[in-house]
Amino acid sequence: MQTIDMANTPLRDLNATLQAQAEATNQTAWEIVNPKGSHAIAVGLDAEIEVTVKGSTGYYCGGMNKLATINVHGSVGPGVAENMMSGTVIIDGDASQYAGATGHGGTLIIKGNASSRCGISMKGIDIIVHGNVGHMSAFMAQSGNLVVCGDAGDALGDSIYEARLFVRGSVKSLGADCIEKDMRPEHIALLTDLLERGGCDAKPEEFKRYGSARQLYNFNIDNAY
Amino acid sequence: MCGIVGLFLKDRSLEPQLGSLLTDMLITMTDRGPDSAGIAIYGEENANISKLTVQSDTPDQAFATLEADLGTALGSPVHLRRKDTHAVLNIPRGQLIAARAALAALNPDIRVMSAGDTVEIYKEVGLPKEVAARFDLRAMSGTHGIGHTRMATESMVTTMGAHPFNTGPDQCLVHNGSLSNHNRLRRKLQREGIHIETENDTEVGAAYLTWRMQNGATLGEALKSSLNDLDGFFTFLVGTKDGFGVVRDPIACKPAVMAETDQYVAFGSEYRALVNLPGIEQARVWEPEPATVYFWSHADTSTPTEKAA
Repeated sequence: MQTIDMANTPLRDLNATLQAQAEATNQTAWEIVNPKGSHAIAVGLDAEIEVTVKGSTGYYCGGMNKLATINVHGSVGPGVAENMMSGTVIIDGDASQYAGATGHGGTLIIKGNASSRCGISMKGIDIIVHGNVGHMSAFMAQSGNLVVCGDAGDALGDSIYEARLFVRGSVKSLGADCIEKDMRPEHIALLTDLLERGGCDAKPEEFKRYGSARQLYNFNIDNAY
Repeated sequence: MCGIVGLFLKDRSLEPQLGSLLTDMLITMTDRGPDSAGIAIYGEENANISKLTVQSDTPDQAFATLEADLGTALGSPVHLRRKDTHAVLNIPRGQLIAARAALAALNPDIRVMSAGDTVEIYKEVGLPKEVAARFDLRAMSGTHGIGHTRMATESMVTTMGAHPFNTGPDQCLVHNGSLSNHNRLRRKLQREGIHIETENDTEVGAAYLTWRMQNGATLGEALKSSLNDLDGFFTFLVGTKDGFGVVRDPIACKPAVMAETDQYVAFGSEYRALVNLPGIEQARVWEPEPATVYFWSHADTSTPTEKAA
């Protein structure tokens, strides 16, 4: 276990050290102490290492992650795991706005609540939230899965493309072109796997599925270039 | 981008530290606003006096005989305490309006930063740590206070463009965001007789609240109606004699984090601003909801949060 203390290590040195870990590194466990809400912690990682952040972080923690597993023992500011490609980011506390924005892959697990615009423009990431999500979550979501064990705020899935949204609790309102859809056996199977990966104490049968009605302008072939 | 901080003390034993705690929070928010900084601090109430905090670009001349001149004009004693470009004038309670009129007649170049019974507002252009040092903010004690670090987008970097803005007796406003209908609203408010000095969008927001309250609205009602009448992005923190209030626009893209313990309620644009507060590890930390008005008041501790929208 390598420990990096942010009280005496500059952020750039911290990230450069973590980014320098090669695919075959034998230094696989890293601990970051004294984050004190700092921004851009553990961004751009590209190796199968495990990073534990002991405390809460600011903006963009775990951004652009590939392969690494990042676990935050605290809450995170805006834009956690933004544009993640692969790997896993686990937040023990709450996440601020636009968690997992534009994520292409990997898994983001939020054990508390997520704020507004969770999964905005998601492009293949799986986001599993144990609590609630705020307004305009999954706005323009293109691909991937958003699982919400609690409630969703206003305008869920506004202008959504092909992402799947699963919500156990109430949905305050659905956004433009987002509708409730049937839970078919393949969705139960998919959700069973997602809930297991997320460590959620919930049954897939308790969820409703939401997705695109495909009625907006861009879904009409006559509007194609 | 701008930075906002606020600290409302429940534990009176922390009152001597208010200035130093708020100053650290303010300096942490320098990245969000290095242009200018300001702070409103609510001190101990003296039933016999009210306070005017004034500013001058030429304080040596402007404040030289101001204490005596204003005392003569009011016919009662006035006490002046100078701090850099600012001065706090202690006025006999009940004479605030007369004092402002007398001040305008004596020297129209002196600007009023704040008026009220307990509030003092200090703001200047410069890095937050420099502004804090000029006014010795660390040494101040008080019951609660709010502060702002500015990154100007809508108007010039000037003293009068800095926050907080005084909206009425003992009331003030700081703002992170930008209002997009401030020019039209400024013209409307000026037609209603509201004095607006700069091209700044937040001053219009402050003037709007002043105008609504002059027409009978409570601060809570004024904040609630601001959600309909102000277009743009805003997280507002409003200081009052008894506490502070928070409201965010319905989109809520301007950040806000709150922390509460048995000792205090704290506000920061980022969690970073709160990390050195005592007991923060055990604090309840959350984000205020969009389009919702919150208040914390020393006057009424039974309902610390008021949901208005």
